[in-house]
Amino acid sequence: MGAYFTLFIGAVLINNFVLTKFLGLCIFFGVSKNLNASIGMGFAVTSVITLSTILAWLLYNFILVPFGLTFLRTITFVVLIASFVQLLEIVIKKMSPTLYNMWGIYLMLIATNCIVLSVPVLSVTNNYNFIQNIVFAVGSGLGFALALILMASAREKLDYADVPEALKGTPIAFIVAGMLSLAFLGFSGML
Amino acid sequence: MSLWKVFTRGIIEENPYFVLALSLCPGLAVTTSVVNGLTMGLTVWFVITSNNVVVSIIRKTINKKVRVPVYITCIATIVTCVQLFLMAYAPDLYKALGVYLDLVVVFAIILARAESIASKNGVVVSFLDGMGMGMGFTIAMFVISVVRELFGNGTLFGVSMFGASYQPALIMALPPGAFMLIGFMMAGLKMWNKSREMKKMKGSEA
Repeated sequence: MGAYFTLFIGAVLINNFVLTKFLGLCIFFGVSKNLNASIGMGFAVTSVITLSTILAWLLYNFILVPFGLTFLRTITFVVLIASFVQLLEIVIKKMSPTLYNMWGIYLMLIATNCIVLSVPVLSVTNNYNFIQNIVFAVGSGLGFALALILMASAREKLDYADVPEALKGTPIAFIVAGMLSLAFLGFSGML
Repeated sequence: MSLWKVFTRGIIEENPYFVLALSLCPGLAVTTSVVNGLTMGLTVWFVITSNNVVVSIIRKTINKKVRVPVYITCIATIVTCVQLFLMAYAPDLYKALGVYLDLVVVFAIILARAESIASKNGVVVSFLDGMGMGMGFTIAMFVISVVRELFGNGTLFGVSMFGASYQPALIMALPPGAFMLIGFMMAGLKMWNKSREMKKMKGSEA
């Protein structure tokens, strides 16, 4: 149990995917202009990561490994995730139009995103078992959501700040992200 | 647009990294040393150019509705080739780049060029666009990694530059330094582009 908890905290705080591994930056900078959108996005990413990592783990360990096809990992994962997200979009659209209106636009953005691909890849390269795999995926997703929401809150304040002309927009966002990342570095001694 | 212009626009005016701000992850993650940064740059250069060529050759046979999955499969195939190549000839580099090499598949810049250029233009234009964009990306990776390795570690290509008395500024090698450095670099390039435009406008008035 303790080991799973360590893995979880590690994925959320210490090895935060955005701030220490730099994954999912496109969404991170693109969506964090607006707090509500960030919350929705964080939620969507967490669920897509969890579900697609489970699928990818099953595919890898029950199909690719027994048949010696591990070199096809990249291709199969990408195709799997893209088609899974597409399927999810169709299902949500049919089942719950309200949810679709809230999330629909994010789903396509997620389909080809580094963070969604990297969690399954890291999980299989680290040889996690099934439970570890789920814990790792949920932790990574929540870590992403946490960073995104923190960043969005900071950027909403930034709109009222007097930023030098050249730093406006993406550059200042990077510097704020640097400071956030500095704060997250403080967690590294925790475990 | 002249062919020369197609090639050169990717280097500065539409630099995929600093100006278009696409595929940001690798520039932060693998630029702690020049060798890693350069390998990543060259990988992307190769992938983007060959993918542009392949997509522009098959562009007329692809059904519009499934074009994105087709592009992604193309990219994934090319990336797997590069992975196998590096695994065989440079296992240390392959290990250093780790998961980021897999992630070349989902770099927005590669898909964006396939969609906006290669699916509409002939092989020559697509090839030159890929070369230009790849070059711009490689230059960006090179510049960032030079600064980070020089100040974060006091070395260039692993050779000590400042002598033993230099105290490395560790922050440059750590994630926060990477974020801030890129923020300032983007701002600098923005200013430079702007002053160039101003000069051009003044020139046309006179």
